[in-house]
Formats: sequence, C-alpha cells, structure tokens
Amino acid sequence: MRYLRSFGAFWWDFIVGDDWRVAAGVVIALGMTAALTDRGWSAWWLLPLAVAVLLGRSLQRATRSG
Amino acid sequence: MSDVFLFLGAFLASAVEMVEALTIVLAVGVTRGWRSPLIGVAAATVALVAIIAALGPALQLLPIDVLRLVVGALLLCFGLQWLRKAILRSSGYKPLHDEEEAFLAERAEAAAAGRDERIGIDWYGFTIAFKGVLLEGLEVAFIVITFGSTQGRLGLAAAAAGAALVLVATVGVLVHAPLSRVPENTIKFAVGLLLTTFGTFWAAEGAGVSWPGDELALLGLLGFLAALAFLLVELLRRQRLSLQAGEA
Repeated sequence: MRYLRSFGAFWWDFIVGDDWRVAAGVVIALGMTAALTDRGWSAWWLLPLAVAVLLGRSLQRATRSG
Repeated sequence: MSDVFLFLGAFLASAVEMVEALTIVLAVGVTRGWRSPLIGVAAATVALVAIIAALGPALQLLPIDVLRLVVGALLLCFGLQWLRKAILRSSGYKPLHDEEEAFLAERAEAAAAGRDERIGIDWYGFTIAFKGVLLEGLEVAFIVITFGSTQGRLGLAAAAAGAALVLVATVGVLVHAPLSRVPENTIKFAVGLLLTTFGTFWAAEGAGVSWPGDELALLGLLGFLAALAFLLVELLRRQRLSLQAGEA
C-alpha cells in the first residue's frame, strides 16, 4: 500500500507539480474547446488564452506565498 | 518544420537532464570509485530504453486524436511546470540551479555515507547513480515518448535524446567535472517554451481544433508564449524589486 501511494505521489508530482489548479484549468479549457468545436465554432484561440491566464495566476500565487 | 522543433525540444530537454545526472554520477564516482556508479548508470539506461521501447510503440496504436488530446494535455501540464519554474528563476523568486553547488553537496554526502558491499558492488555508489540517472532519465523518456508518438516520429525523438547523451557523456569524460558552464537555466526556459507550445498545439488538435496555417501555427504559438513569458519575467522582477525597496 505504501509503495502504491508513493508511486501515485511520484506521478502526481511529475505531471501536476506544485500547482494542481494549472492542471485542472488545462482540463477545463480543453473541455470547453472540444464543446465549442463540436458546435462548429473555431476555438483555436481558447487554449493559448487559457494557458496565459493559468500561468499568470499560478505565478501570482507562487510569488505571494513566498 | 515541426521535425526541427521536435528534434530541438527532445535534444535540449535530454541534454539538461543528462547534465544533472552527470553531476550526480561524477560526484559519486570521484568520491567512491567508478565501478559501482557505472554499473548503476548501465542498469538505469537499460530500464529507460525498455520503457521507451515498450510504451512508445504501444501509444502509437491509439487513435491519433485521442493520442494528441491525452498526450498533448500531459505535455502541456508538464511544460507549464518547466516554464513556471523558469520564470520564477529568471525573475529572482527562485534560486538559479547551480551544478557546481549540487556537485559539492552530492560529493559531501557520498563521502559521509558508510560502505555496504552487496554482490561485490558498493551499494551506495550503485543506488545513487541508478536513481539519479533513472529519475532524470524518466523526464527524457516522457518527452521522447510524447513527442515521438504524437508526431509518429519516435525514432527522431529517440535519436535527439541519443545525440544529447553522446554529447554530454563525451564532454563529461573529457572535462571530468560538473558542466557548470552549460547555460542550464536558459536551456530550461527554452525547453519549457517548446513543451508548452507542442502541448497546446496537440491538445487543441485532439479536441477538434483546426489551427490557422496548420503547422505554421506552431511558430505563432511559440512567439506568443515567448512574449508572454518575457513579459511575466519583467513584471515579476519589477514586483520583487519594489517589494525589496519597500522593505529597505
């Protein structure tokens, strides 16, 4: 059980890292992109915009906390 | 064009990770002798090659849109981590990675550790080298697999990592010291930008997006992210300086 937990913690840290909200935001932005594209919209701009917002907010949190 | 970016991204990412692995192996080898660390390096290399050989072709069996969506999203999260750290380092909020300092710390630990011989090898030297190469190498394996499988160019991505390995190992053997002159922090910044660019491009394609200009959009994305990153560095630097001035 301990090995499973440390295995999971390793992959969490590897992919998600210090700020889980960035990963959650990426998933939400991708879901919105898929939904808009499915309705026939040209939604190429959404993910770069989301990346800019997510990165900016994450850095803001990091510099405020330390 | 995407082949050039793909090679460059895999090569640079592999090179910086291998420089870090080299520092660990050098520190242990210089302090405790070379035989056991080199066996550790060989064992970790075999494990990494096995991971790439097993996962790479397996991923290519997935439908391309699913692959791009999942791999793109993973790469984007991973790339944003690199970019976030690089921006924090460049703006002075996080200390720059110093290979010389890491070497000295690793060497002191290796000198202080006790001797435990197992099956004729120094267990400390073996495990530290094995873990160091495996953990740094996992990032390389992840990048090679994601870049290679999504673009259907696993061989090219693996060749880029191989070229980085040969270069770093050759320079390491010749110099016989940590490669502290390698502009590691700058390279990590560039890799963060490339990983985030490819992650955004593939994840959006996987979600059904058609990029204007097709692959040319990669250049536009890279330019946009680079401008954004430099702007954030500048803003954070000013914020830090004004906070310091306020405290003084």
